[in-house]
Amino acid sequence: MSYVTVTDLHKTYAGFPILERVNLSVEKGTFVSIVGASGCGKSTFLRLLLAQERPTRGEITIDGQPPALEPNRDRGIVFQRYSVFGHMTVRENLIAAEALGATVWGVLPSRARRKAAEDVADAALERIGLAHMGKAYPASLSGGMQQRLAIAQSLIAKPRILLLDEPFGALDPGTRASMHDFLLEIKAEWDMTVFMVTHDLSEGFKLGDRVLVFDKVRWDPHEPHAYGATVTYDFDARNGGIPFQSLSIETVEEITV
Amino acid sequence: MGYALTLLPFVLVLFVYMGASDIRLAENPSDKILPAPSTIVATAERLVGEPDKRSGEILFWNDTGISLVRLALGVGIAALTGLVAGLLIGLFPYMRSTFSGFVAVLSMVPPLAVLPILFIAFGLGEVSKVALIAIGITPFLIRDLSQRTVEIPSEQIVKAQTLGASSLAIALRVVLPQLLPRLIQGVRLALGPAWLFLIAAEAIAAEAGLGYRIFLVRRYLAMDIILTYVAWITFLAFIIDLLLRSAGRRLFPWSEPAGGSGL
Ligand SMILES: Nc1ncnc2c1ncn2[C@@H]1O[C@H](COP(=O)(O)OP(=O)(O)OP(=O)(O)O)[C@@H](O)[C@H]1O
Ligand SMILES: [Mg+2]
Repeated sequence: MSYVTVTDLHKTYAGFPILERVNLSVEKGTFVSIVGASGCGKSTFLRLLLAQERPTRGEITIDGQPPALEPNRDRGIVFQRYSVFGHMTVRENLIAAEALGATVWGVLPSRARRKAAEDVADAALERIGLAHMGKAYPASLSGGMQQRLAIAQSLIAKPRILLLDEPFGALDPGTRASMHDFLLEIKAEWDMTVFMVTHDLSEGFKLGDRVLVFDKVRWDPHEPHAYGATVTYDFDARNGGIPFQSLSIETVEEITV
Repeated sequence: MGYALTLLPFVLVLFVYMGASDIRLAENPSDKILPAPSTIVATAERLVGEPDKRSGEILFWNDTGISLVRLALGVGIAALTGLVAGLLIGLFPYMRSTFSGFVAVLSMVPPLAVLPILFIAFGLGEVSKVALIAIGITPFLIRDLSQRTVEIPSEQIVKAQTLGASSLAIALRVVLPQLLPRLIQGVRLALGPAWLFLIAAEAIAAEAGLGYRIFLVRRYLAMDIILTYVAWITFLAFIIDLLLRSAGRRLFPWSEPAGGSGL
């Protein structure tokens, strides 16, 4: 049963097609990694999933709902940077995940709701190993801690899909590896449907159930911008791609080197 | 060592002044242009301590109170206007396309040239003085704060949307708190011009106030009084700046650049 359905998606900026004829059907609980050359439209695809932008043609539906017109609580997002609020403490950031959407003023309407949000925040702090940093401001956290906070903040809103745009791109390799473990645990706990853009192919295969490759199928050397990108490969990456593909991470790395 | 270096220029200026004053007073003991420091101190003591014979009030404190109220009202109105307008212009593109050009042109109008209009429109009372200060610094604050709003990473706005925030919630809980430290900085910068507008307006039409007093006693060449007032205004400006700076530090600890002491 398809949970996220992308039908004949096109996106054009100022007359230049960026994405064309993207069709996709993703089941609930799938972790989809997205890779592709720089500038080929991966972030654009995420912005369309997020409903931050509208498709030029085609549509995206989630769980059979009509296409969204604006970002909302159905869609969580973590960017490479600036995903948390710098003027709130770590704990306030997690409480804000409940408060911002609670009323039109962005504040919790009752003491009971406040208490409940604080309990959720404290549990999340414990879960992401930041209980001792609750009163600190994000600027004093390491990059990995900030991204853990951003992911936790998104998950508190219980989105239907979680979107990650190069979430670990700014982290050093050691931190990145521990973030992978964290994300895999989170995914098992929440059974989330995730779309993650990455430049790191092995990261894509390690975390993803599916790996999508975006690329241009048509190419005119005289007019490099004449055509948009689409999904050119759709790997099943469970168990490192075995037995669905005979493609192991090692071979993929050889190809990319 | 650091303090000694900081004090050095002040001491130098004091010595130069004392030397020049001595020379003039040696030539003409009734010279009023450069009164001896002892005369200034005596005058200052009289100013802060002795009530006026006619009104029974101590004019010095009266002037100070009246001027500070004018300054606070003018700056307060400008700060509030700047905050609201800066937020709206920075956050909503259609507001920006409607008003940013207007504000840019508005900020080119020399406020002092508008002063006669204010006197005609609001009379010679308090309103025109407060209005001059507010009009003089509001365009700067609007531009500064709308610029800061634009600089807030769009990622944060999108993130707030994905947490279900309304536009109002984004404005109040994401943008506004991040503008407040910049507002304090902006007000600190705008206080120089604000004092200028205050003193100019008081000099032209007032019955009391620090600027009024300076320009009144100018007729009698009362340099001792003028210098006392100038020193006092400078001290007030310094203290206000200090208070704003420490308030900003205390209220918005997250906005301090790490390790930077700054001015
Ligand atoms: N708002 C916009 N207006 C016009 N062109 C845009 C806009 N946003 C993106 N583009 C263009 O669309 C193309 C795809 O951009 P996008 O950010 O989706 O690429 P990407 O695959 O995420 O690249 P990267 O790997 O560098 O992050 C780029 O050529 C970019 O210049
Ligand atoms: Mg991108």
